[in-house]
Amino acid sequence: MSEPKLPPSLAANPLLSRWIAFLPDKTARIASGKVEIGQGIVTALRQIAAEELDLDLQKVTLASGDTEIGPDENYTTSSLSIMASGAAIRAIASEARSLLMERAALRLNCSPEDLKVSNGAFLQNGEATDIDYWDVASEIDWQRNATASKAPKASNTYKIVGKNIPRDDLPKKVNGGGFIHDRSETGMLHARMLRQPSPSAQLSFLDQEAIKRAAAGEIQIIQKRNFIAFVAEEEWLVEKAARAASNHVTWTGTSNIPRGAADARKLPGKAAVEHFYGDPEPISPTIGKSLRVSVTRPYVAHASIGPSVALARWKDSKLDIWSHGQGMHPLRRNLALALNIDEASIHARHSDGPGCYGHNGADDAALDAAIIALEIPNTWIRMQWQREEEFAFEPVGPAMQVDIEAVLDANGNPIDWKTDIWSPVHVQRPGAAGVVMLGAQSLGAVAPGGDPADPPPERGYGGPRNAFPAYKVGQTHIHHHLIREPAVRTSALRGLGALPNVCAIERMMDLAALEAGKDPVEYRLSLLNDDRARSVLQRTSELCDWSKRGTSGTGKGLGIAYSRYKNIAAMAGVAVAVTVEEEIRLEQIWAVADAGLAINPDGILNQLEGGCVQGASWALKEEVKIEGAGIISTDWDSYPILRFSEIPEINVELISRPDDVSLGVGECTVGPTAAAIMNAVAHALGEPILDMPLTRERVMASILKN
Amino acid sequence: MEKISFTLNGKEVEVTEPDRPLIYALRNDCNVKSVRYGCGLEQCGCCVVLINGSKQYACTLPTHAVANKSVETVEGLSTSEEIHPIQQAFLDEQAGQCGYCLSGMIMATKGLLARNSKPTRAEIVDALDNHLCRCGAHSRIIRAVQRASDLMS
Repeated sequence: MSEPKLPPSLAANPLLSRWIAFLPDKTARIASGKVEIGQGIVTALRQIAAEELDLDLQKVTLASGDTEIGPDENYTTSSLSIMASGAAIRAIASEARSLLMERAALRLNCSPEDLKVSNGAFLQNGEATDIDYWDVASEIDWQRNATASKAPKASNTYKIVGKNIPRDDLPKKVNGGGFIHDRSETGMLHARMLRQPSPSAQLSFLDQEAIKRAAAGEIQIIQKRNFIAFVAEEEWLVEKAARAASNHVTWTGTSNIPRGAADARKLPGKAAVEHFYGDPEPISPTIGKSLRVSVTRPYVAHASIGPSVALARWKDSKLDIWSHGQGMHPLRRNLALALNIDEASIHARHSDGPGCYGHNGADDAALDAAIIALEIPNTWIRMQWQREEEFAFEPVGPAMQVDIEAVLDANGNPIDWKTDIWSPVHVQRPGAAGVVMLGAQSLGAVAPGGDPADPPPERGYGGPRNAFPAYKVGQTHIHHHLIREPAVRTSALRGLGALPNVCAIERMMDLAALEAGKDPVEYRLSLLNDDRARSVLQRTSELCDWSKRGTSGTGKGLGIAYSRYKNIAAMAGVAVAVTVEEEIRLEQIWAVADAGLAINPDGILNQLEGGCVQGASWALKEEVKIEGAGIISTDWDSYPILRFSEIPEINVELISRPDDVSLGVGECTVGPTAAAIMNAVAHALGEPILDMPLTRERVMASILKN
Repeated sequence: MEKISFTLNGKEVEVTEPDRPLIYALRNDCNVKSVRYGCGLEQCGCCVVLINGSKQYACTLPTHAVANKSVETVEGLSTSEEIHPIQQAFLDEQAGQCGYCLSGMIMATKGLLARNSKPTRAEIVDALDNHLCRCGAHSRIIRAVQRASDLMS
C-alpha cells in the first residue's frame, strides 16, 4: 500500500508543530500561512479545525501569517486558501485528534475505540473522565512529521463545517479597530514617501529646505540614491512634506509614455515571448463556417479603498515587520534579499488591511518602512502611502486583447477553436525576472534578468487563464503572445487573464448559437459534458427567466455566461439584465455557483456577490490611464468604480454539494459577470461592444454607427 | 500652543494644532481609529463623522472648524453593555468584506436614520452614494441599513 498523499501545503511544511498547538488556556491554536484579505478565511479555517477536533469554535484560534509561528504557504492567492490550507488543516486536526486519543487511551488503560471527545474532554464508553486534550497534549512530541494517515470525518457528520458562522474579524472592524492602520507603538514615527516617478528616473535635485519649510515642523528627510522619505513624530507634518515634495524635486530620465501608447489594441505586434498550448495547429485550414471575436480590456487597478501601510522596527539586529501583504514568508525572503540581511533576523507578521485582490502595494510599503527602520534603529516606523501613490505605484492588472476564431461544422458545432492572447505578464512578484521591489529599485538594485514568466499551466496560467473553454469546441489552439514590456508595472490581480478570456469565449458562444440557429443557453448546454456545470448553467437560466428573453435591439438586454475558474475551482453561472440608453444600467444580476463542500455558505455568497460587483465595475467603468511618467489616474474621479446608485439587485445561489471536495470561490464570478454584461449589452443594442470598459462614449459610438 | 476644545462622543476634549485636518487629531491624539484615511479628497467617504449631527469629511476639515461642536464617531455608538443597533445590523447581515469603508457608512447611516427613520431603498442609496466600497458588499450594506431602521423603530 502506498503512503497517503499529503496535501501540498502539508508536504511543504510537514512538522505538526508548525500547524497546531494546545495552549495552557485550554484552547487549540491552528496556524496558517494564508491570511485574511476580506474573504473570511480565518473563520472558515477555524471551522474546519474545530470540526475535526471536536472542539467548540470558541476554543480554536488561528494564528495567520506569522513567520515565527506558522507554516510557509506562499501567497494567499488564486482561490486556493480553502483548497490548500483547508485541506492541510483538516488533515492535521484529524491526525492530532487521533494522537491525543491514543495518548488518553494509554492513560486510561483502554482502547482508543472506547473514547469519544466532547469539546476537548475525553469520554470513556460515554462516561466523563477527568482528562482532556490539554492534559495529554504535553506528552506528545509535536516535532514530528504529519502522515495524513487518519481519515477525516465524513461530511454527513459535520456540525460546524457548513454553518453560517459570522466572521471573527468583523466585530472589531465595525467598532473602530482591526486594521494595520490602527496599530500604534510607543515612540512610533510616521513616514511618507516621495517616489521615484519611473524606474529610469534619477534624482537630480531635492530642495530639502523647501520641503522642511512646507512641513512647518520638525521632520527628518531620508535620502539614499532615489529613495526619499519623510519621517516625523506628528503624522500631519510628513503628510504636508509629501504633498509639497513633488514641487521641490527634479528628476532626469523619467519615462515619457505617449498618450494612447498603452491602449490594449496596440498590444499585437509588440515584442513578445510566444507560447503555444493545446492541440497543434492544423497544416491546412479546417473547413467550415468561421466566426471571429476580438475582445480587449485595458490596464485595471486593485484600487484598494485604503492606502498601503506597514510598520517596521530594527532593534538588536532583528527586523520586526507588520504588513497586510498576501504572504509573510515570501515577504521575509524578499526583504532579506532587498536589505541584504539574514532572513532569520526578520519576523514578519500579518495584520489586516483594506481589501486585497492580489499583489498590491502592501509589500513595497513594507520594504519602504524597513529601509527607514534600518536608518533610524530602535524605533517603530509607520509607513503610510498617499492615495495618489497607491494608484500610481501599485502593480496593475495588464491590458489584454483576446481574439478567437471558431470553425463550425454543418450543424453549427465548433470543430476548431483558435485563440490569440496578447498580454503583458500577470505575475511579477519580487524575485521574478526583471522584478525588484520599488524601494530596492530606488536604491539601485538590479533585477535578475530573463524572460517574463506567467504562472505555468499547472498553476492555472496567467494571460491564458480560462482560455480553454469548458465547452466541447473541437481542436483547441491557444497562442499566448506574452508581451515583454508592460507600459507600467503589472502583477497579479483577481482572476489574472480569466476576465477577458471568459468574455471572449462567452461572446463567441452567443455568436455561434446564433449561427447554429439555437438558443444561447440550449447551445451551451449541448456543448457541456459535465453534469455539475450543466446544473449551474440551467439554474442560472431559470433564475433569470431566460425563456422569456425578448428580441434583441430593444434597448433591454439579458445576457448569460458560464465559467469554471481556472477550469478546476468553483463553477459559476451569471446572468445580467441591462437597460441601454446613452449608458448601460444594470437592472439585475443572478449568480449560481457550485463550490463543492461549502465550509461557510454565507461567506461564499458574500464572495460571489463581491466578485459580481467587481467584475461589473471592471467591465463598465475602469481603466488605468497611462501617460508621461506612468499612471495618471490617481484619484477616484479619474479612476471611477461602481457606486451604490449603480448596483443592481443581486441574487446569488449556491448549489450544495457536501460530498464533493471544496472548490475555491474568491474569483469565480468575476469573469462570467463581465461576460454576461457584454452579452446583455449586445442583446440590448443588437450589436456588441467588445472593448472594455463599456463606457457611455462607446455606447454612443455604437448607437450612432447603427 | 494654540488649543481648541470640542465634544467627542459626549466627552469634552482638547487638542492642539487646530490647522491640521480633523482626521489626524482624532486618530493620533484622541485614539479614535474608526475614522479612516481613504483618499484625503472627500471622494471615498471612509473618514465620515457626524458634526452636530451632520455628515462631514474628517480628511479635509480643519480641526478648528469643530471648536465647541459635537463630533460623533463609531467609538461613541456602543456601550460596554449594549451594541448599537446599527453595528448589530451590519454584523447580522455580515455586511462587509474587508470592512475598511464601514466606519464612514455606519456614521452616514446614523445621520440618515436620525432624519428619516424609515428610509426607502432609494433614500439609502442616495445617502451612501458618496461612499465607496471596493469589495462589492453594497447589497448587504443596503440590507443592513434597512435592518438597522427596523431594529431602531
